[in-house]
Amino acid sequence: MSQTGEPRTWKRPPFIQNARLRWGLWLGAAVYLTLAFGTLEVDWGRVVEGVPRGQRFIASFFPPDFLSRWEEIFDGIYESLWMTVTSTVIGVALSIPVGLGAARNLSPTPVYLACRAIVALSRTFPEIILAIFFVKLFGFGPFAGFLALSLATIGFYGKLLAEDIEAMDPVQAEAVKATGASWFQWLNYAVQPQVLPRMIGLGLYRFDINFRESAVVGIVGGGGIGATLLTSFDRYEFDSAAAILLIIIAIVMGVEYTSGFVRRWVQ
Amino acid sequence: MAVRDVNGLKQWQRRERGKQFAIWAAWLAGVAVFTYCWQLISEKTIWMFVLDSPRQAADLAERMVPPKWSYMSSLWVPLWDTLNIATLGTLMAIIIAVPVAFCAARNTTPSVYFVRPVALFVIVASRSINSLIWALMLVTIIGPGVFAGVIAIGLRSIGFCAKLLYEAIEEIDPNQVEAVTATGASGAQVLSYGIVPQVLPAFAGITVFRWDINIRESTVLGLVGAGGIGLQLDASISTLAWTQVSLILLAILATVVVSEWVSARVRHAII
Repeated sequence: MSQTGEPRTWKRPPFIQNARLRWGLWLGAAVYLTLAFGTLEVDWGRVVEGVPRGQRFIASFFPPDFLSRWEEIFDGIYESLWMTVTSTVIGVALSIPVGLGAARNLSPTPVYLACRAIVALSRTFPEIILAIFFVKLFGFGPFAGFLALSLATIGFYGKLLAEDIEAMDPVQAEAVKATGASWFQWLNYAVQPQVLPRMIGLGLYRFDINFRESAVVGIVGGGGIGATLLTSFDRYEFDSAAAILLIIIAIVMGVEYTSGFVRRWVQ
Repeated sequence: MAVRDVNGLKQWQRRERGKQFAIWAAWLAGVAVFTYCWQLISEKTIWMFVLDSPRQAADLAERMVPPKWSYMSSLWVPLWDTLNIATLGTLMAIIIAVPVAFCAARNTTPSVYFVRPVALFVIVASRSINSLIWALMLVTIIGPGVFAGVIAIGLRSIGFCAKLLYEAIEEIDPNQVEAVTATGASGAQVLSYGIVPQVLPAFAGITVFRWDINIRESTVLGLVGAGGIGLQLDASISTLAWTQVSLILLAILATVVVSEWVSARVRHAII
């Protein structure tokens, strides 16, 4: 250790070790942000003008009015709930074969590729785009929303199921196979017990997502609380809208709490 | 051990009798609820339209091909807007989500009884309301355009980023924090040398993951007037320009695939 006049100081190592990459990323970020803010046409006049309007707007949300539109709100929430139940059940049921097919350690390559393609396609488009098309095909109402949510569920649940199966313990699977089990017995006694606890948790999580999305498919006519919400916005009845939003938040919190409870019980 | 006596022979079963009954009852209840819900939907559906739908779908598909490739020239600007909405929205979200996450994590919150519940409520409220609904509200306040989209994506992402981040903070190794505290470091120094380095990889992963989701969500914000390629989609659907619609859908597909690839690469490099 050479003795120098300066006291030695320690500097923490940077997060990205490669100096060239680090500075390159900073530079890229700076260039991108200048470009992005350059094309972001913020009409500050409109924003400033919007501040008192926004205050009035936010004030008109309070107090939330649960009573004067209670019938419509109740019908909407109720419809959202059945859409959620049916689409989660059907979506999960359909995603089991897809998920099995999309697990590399279970299926032959052509099946694997086909199932991965199904998963990728149904994951790409947001629920609302699916809902627009289903409303065109099946008419207004909860059926279109139900189909959109089920299809989105297949992509989400099938992908996670496949990943979970790929990560399972192969030793148990081999042990069951060594007893001479048929393919279905093997699936039922070796694969299913390993993935089930996590899958129940994910099913509840998807239920939660489907409920939140069911509030959106209504905006394009797919049934559920979204239509009620849009109507209350269009009629400037913001206090009813606030009531709807609060009910959605309460139900989401309830489902999240229940799913935590069920997950602990299953595991 | 679940063993049953059958004519003096012991037979193995997978579960005890009580557990078997509980599972059976849960299935019965589930099937009953599902059947009831299905019946309600079925009552509200006009099955005539459903029967007719294959013909409609074929008709629509026929009108959608071939995509009108020349329309692509007017899609570049909306695509750039979409990218900006997702990126700037994510940026805004993480700036707000970091303090919220530190307030919500049990081991860093200033007060478990006052600050933590507020932070948790912020997280749930932001997560429960879809970005389209945030956009619907913001378009009324600050007018239609990209800016409303950025704020909507930002507000929606706060909850997601803060939730994953506070879970990461709660899982940190307390020994390192204790070691830094033992050197006589102040609170801010403990934060910056003991906690932040432990959560930084998770933080970067969460940000890129959310950015990828936001690209997907920002493609539809235009449906309620908040900028991006959704505006073109809405306009093309309303004018029944189906060849343009198919091109827009292809453009969205390509964008999502690219963003997913980028996000997977970056996360792979970090973790």
